[in-house]
Order: sequence, then structure tokens, then C-alpha cells
Amino acid sequence: MPHLVSIRGRAPTVNEMDHRISMLHGAGGELMGDLLDRLILPRFSAVTTTRGGVGLSALDDGATVDVPAGERVVVTTDSHVVKPIFFPGGDIGRLAAAGTINDLVMMGARPIGLTLAAIIEEGFPIAHLERILDSFARVLETVGAAVVCGDTKVMPAGDLDGIALNTTGVGATSHVIGDAGLHIGDAVIVTGTIGDHGMALLAAREEFHLATPLQSDVAPLWPFLAPVIERYATQIHGMKDPTRGGLAAALNEMARKSATCIVVDDAAIPMRSEVVALSDVLGISPLTVANEGKAILVVAGEVAEDVVRMLTSHKLGTDARRIGRVTEEYPGRVLLETEVGGRRFLDMPLGDPVPRIC
Amino acid sequence: MSRAFHFADPKRGRDLADAIMLLAPTTPLKIVHVCGTHEMAITQNGLRRFLPDTVTVLEGPGCPVCVTPAADIDTAIEIACRGAVVCTFGDMLRVPGSHLSLDAARGQGADIRTVLSAADAVDVARRTNRPVVFFAVGFETTAPMTAAVLLEHPPENLFVFASHKTIPSAMSALLDLPENRISAFLAPGHVSTIIGLPPYEEALADRPIPTVVAGFEPLDILYAVALILRQHRDGHAKVENAYPRAVDPEGNSVAQAMIREVFEPTDASWRGIGVIPRSGLGLREAFRRHDARLEFPVQLDNPIDTIPGCRCPEVLTAQAVPSDCPLFATRCTPLSPVGPCMVGSEGACHIWFRYEGERPL
Repeated sequence: MPHLVSIRGRAPTVNEMDHRISMLHGAGGELMGDLLDRLILPRFSAVTTTRGGVGLSALDDGATVDVPAGERVVVTTDSHVVKPIFFPGGDIGRLAAAGTINDLVMMGARPIGLTLAAIIEEGFPIAHLERILDSFARVLETVGAAVVCGDTKVMPAGDLDGIALNTTGVGATSHVIGDAGLHIGDAVIVTGTIGDHGMALLAAREEFHLATPLQSDVAPLWPFLAPVIERYATQIHGMKDPTRGGLAAALNEMARKSATCIVVDDAAIPMRSEVVALSDVLGISPLTVANEGKAILVVAGEVAEDVVRMLTSHKLGTDARRIGRVTEEYPGRVLLETEVGGRRFLDMPLGDPVPRIC
Repeated sequence: MSRAFHFADPKRGRDLADAIMLLAPTTPLKIVHVCGTHEMAITQNGLRRFLPDTVTVLEGPGCPVCVTPAADIDTAIEIACRGAVVCTFGDMLRVPGSHLSLDAARGQGADIRTVLSAADAVDVARRTNRPVVFFAVGFETTAPMTAAVLLEHPPENLFVFASHKTIPSAMSALLDLPENRISAFLAPGHVSTIIGLPPYEEALADRPIPTVVAGFEPLDILYAVALILRQHRDGHAKVENAYPRAVDPEGNSVAQAMIREVFEPTDASWRGIGVIPRSGLGLREAFRRHDARLEFPVQLDNPIDTIPGCRCPEVLTAQAVPSDCPLFATRCTPLSPVGPCMVGSEGACHIWFRYEGERPL
């Protein structure tokens, strides 16, 4: 029998005794209020309001977001379902927060506020939810963004595998960076090692019986990229985070949208030896699996060296490298120059080789 | 950055490319390999770029699931329909039978499971009282694993549906095809670790052509191609080992003994090629208690190996490359494959679709 705890003078309910999420937690009544008061509001107290507006603590029907005059509002949304929920180097909370923030950053925007909607399976351990919320809050603290509003729903046991999170992010910028403005002669830079997240999650799956020190790279790219974006706003012609589909998908998207050819030097792509070894064992290319703490920057050739120098001076960018260039050879395609000296197209992956990793 | 243990050094690559150019024949030379992993290495690393215009390298019947006849897939499905659990490799699931793939049969309720090895099928058998049938496909590389399971007193309810095939007999059969124009073989490294060099010498004794065993790194393959061209220039055909760091000329005698103890040569049907005498491995009398073919006799009417318009038979016999087929990348893609070569991850069409093998860039 679990230890009985009295909360605010009431007798504990069966569900508190069980320390598990019940259908009532999502039903809008007292138990849901209790969940908000105990688990959610205290965690986000430091980051619940945007300057002066209506924030999370108001528990109103919506939130307000203030943006300085002359800036544009950038909005993005992402849903996260990941297996396992806790993985080497992070969990679904950190993944959701970092993923949404990074999408804003890739538009050149400073993250301001995030919404957090959780759909939880009945019976999900409350302790796990607490860990997930802690991770989410920690990411927001490093970035200085707020949780502005949220929602909780509970689904009957078996209708959902654990938990799914949705976050909408709001940011602002005076100069929007797209992913379609590549010019011939641009340099292609990655901010660090490729394939860490996808391979770490794959290795963590029980069925493979693999032991590796490899960890996911999940991390928010703000404030790391803030100074680069500020200094080179107009020379960054394209920016993208290589999440689902990996480097291969992101580069193909950029080449296609801008009708240019990206030529990549395979040997220059930074990769951890664990990632290379795992990809050999599993037969999955590291270029097609997700990264959750990396960015591709396509910049004007003349500033490439300075950008790389700036990136490598930050701890998240120590492995940053120039990996390729934009040419006119095969518009819309990505060419890979292989280490031995061959060339082939690097195509858009057919589908994600690793299901449910982001 | 340097990739540990990766034989892809660009300097050595250039040296080998120079050697290949020096040895380039003046007349067309068609090299055939019989291994999906070779095709993968060639396309993934863009190695066709290193070949002179006169030299082509094509995949033959190198994908074990692609050469498994529709009749065997139909039989496996029929066995599952009679209530047995059928276990096989993941690659096999989507290969089309006459009407259904194993995957489609599973969707209709047949108990068909993916395993990573024959030993996994034993685990399945130990956990149930139902008959469990291991659908054993593959060349000399996977046959010893099937043999090992049968030699270690498997559970009574485990049956093996043997569809193993041997590579040297297929190479010899390719040379029997009219107008094959095959000038040399790049022999598969994996299979050779088991069988060594003598089986190639025997199979090709009456019409020797340059045959070189190759590994799977970029430099391994370029080196083997250079050795083939040297044999061709010198007019002296033999079986040569370009993969000595893995392949003993005599092979793995323990694995060979296991194969011999459990299997005997049988005539086998290869999808796209037809029946090749003594190219299959059937279970010996001593293992008849575990022989799924005896336990579940299946009568099939007219199995259909090829869909009209599909050129898999020519691809599997190295008489066409995937892009020669009008269905390639149009009606036939990995997401909706028409022929077996687009399904198996070792299949030439599948590999060309993923890495665009046809275009030397």
C-alpha cells in the first residue's frame, strides 16, 4: 500500500494513492485542477508570462503575446510521439520544447512563448509526467521563453501509447530566414555531428541488444545561434534543422525549393564513430536519421569561414563544419561526393527508417 | 573526417582507378557479380564512375529473396493457412508470390513472423505447441545457421522449409544462357568465407572466365576489378582471392561439414532463371522428421513467377539493368513493387531506386 499523503486537508483519492493518471485528470473537474496546481503551474512559474500580457498563471481562455514594433510574428507547431519516452540524452519533454524552439530559430526568430498540450494514457505514472514537465521547463529556462497556455486530455488505457505532446511556438524577428533562397556559390555548413539522435534511439530499442554510450543530441539552438543570426541575417540564405528524414531530407528540400544543386563532401560530414559503427551494423544511413540539436546553414561563400569560426566557439558547435557548396549542376538535386572519390545522388529518403523517434 | 575501418582512402582509390584505366580493355567487357551487398557498395560509393567506358558491372542473381520462386512463397502461405506459425527473414515478407505476399497473407490472418535467425524460430517453437515452420532462404551464408539448429536437437514442433541455394551452380547456369556475354565474375565475399575457392573452380572448370572474390568496401571492389582486368589482359582466367583478410582459400571447413551433414544437393527452381540442376539444398533423410515439405505436402496449381511487363528475369540473369525496364521507378517502386527485385533490399532494382546506380555522375 503506498504511503498516504493528505493534500490540502482532503483525504487522498484512489488515484493519488496510485500515483497514476486517471480519466478524471482530463475531465475538467477538481482532479484536473489539482493536477494543474500541483504539477504544472509551479514548474512554469519562472516562465509563465510573456512581458505584461495574459500568461499561463491567469488560467484564462487564451494568452497574449507582445511583439516589438517592426518585427514579424513567427508561428510553428509540432506533435511529438517518441518511443522510448525516456531515451539516452533526453525525453519527450525536452524533445518537444527543443523541437518547437528550433523550428522558430530556423526561421530566424527569437522564441517568445510556447503552448503545451499533453494527451496522456490513463494509468501513466505521475512521476514520469513530472520528469517530462521538468525537462520541458528546463529547456524554456535556458532559452528565456514562456509557456503561455496549455491543455491536458486523458485517453483510456490502450488507446494511446503513454503520452503525446503538442507544442505551438511563437517567436518574432525583424528578418525572416527561409529555406528556399540558396544562391550558386553558397557554402553549406552543419553545426555538429550528424545522426546522433536517430542512432541513439535505435540503439536504445530492446530488440537490438546493443550497448553504446551514444546519446541523443536533443538541445535548443537558441541562444547558440542567436549571435550568428544577428550578425549574418542577410548572408544566411537558408537554414533548416535536419530532423525527420535527416540531413538527406533537409538538403533535398532546400535544393528542390531553390532549384539549385547542393554538392556534399561525404568525408567532411562530422560523425561520431559510434554512429558510423551502428549504421554499418544496422544498415541504416546516418544521413537519413533525425537530429534534434543540429542546424544546416547555407551562407554566402565569403562569410562561410567566419560563420564556422563563430559556431565552433560555442560548446554546441565544436564540430561545426563546412560540408558542401551550392552549384548549378543538377538543379533541385543533392550530389554526394563519396570518400573514395565516387559521386552519386543523395536522394530524399523514402520514409523514416526508424519509426516514432521525434 | 576519417571513418574507422573504412577501406575508402581517396589516395588509394585514385591509384586503383589509375590501374583500372591502364588495364582498360578495348572491347566491351561485362563483369557480373552475384551479391546484393556488392551492388549496394558499388552504387552507394558511386564506383561506376571509376570504370572505363568498355567495362560494365551488373548484378546477377545475387538477392536471395528475389530468386526464391513464387511456388515456395505460395507453399509457405498455404502452410500458414493450415495453422502453422511460419517464421522467416523480414526481407522475404513483401516478395510477391503468385497472388499474395507473406505480408499480405499475414494481413488476412495467417500467423507469419519475422525472425533474425533460424535460432529465433527455435525460440518461437519452444513457446508454443503449434507447429512452427522456418522458411529457410539464402545462400551458403545462411545455410550453416539452419544446419546448426537442426543439429542441436530442435523441438519436435520445429520444421524447416528449405529453400537454400548455392551460388557457384547459378554462376555456371548464367554461362549456359544464350547470348549471356558474361566476361568475368566478381565472386561474393560472404559466401566465399564459407565455401572457399574450390567450388567456383569446379563449377567453371569447363569454361573458365576471370573470377575474383571481392570484399565489400570501396577499395576491395576496385582492387578486385583491377585483378579481373589484369587476368583479361593476360588471357589467363582463374579464380583469384582479392579478399584474403576474410576469405580462407579453403573456406570454413566446420560450416561446410555442417551443410554436408544436414543437406544434400537438389534441383532447385530460381525465379527468373528456371530450374538449375543440383543448385538447391534439400534436407537429408536423417532430418525428415523436421522437413516441412514432408509434414505439409502442398499441391500448387500454376505458380506465377513473373508479372507481365516486369523485366526481373533479365535483371536477375544480368541481361538487363533496372533502368532498362519500363516499369522501373514508374509503376514499380519500393513502396509499391511489381517484381521481386524491387522488394528485397539486396535486389538490383531496389538498390538502383535508392541510389540511382545507372548514372555515372
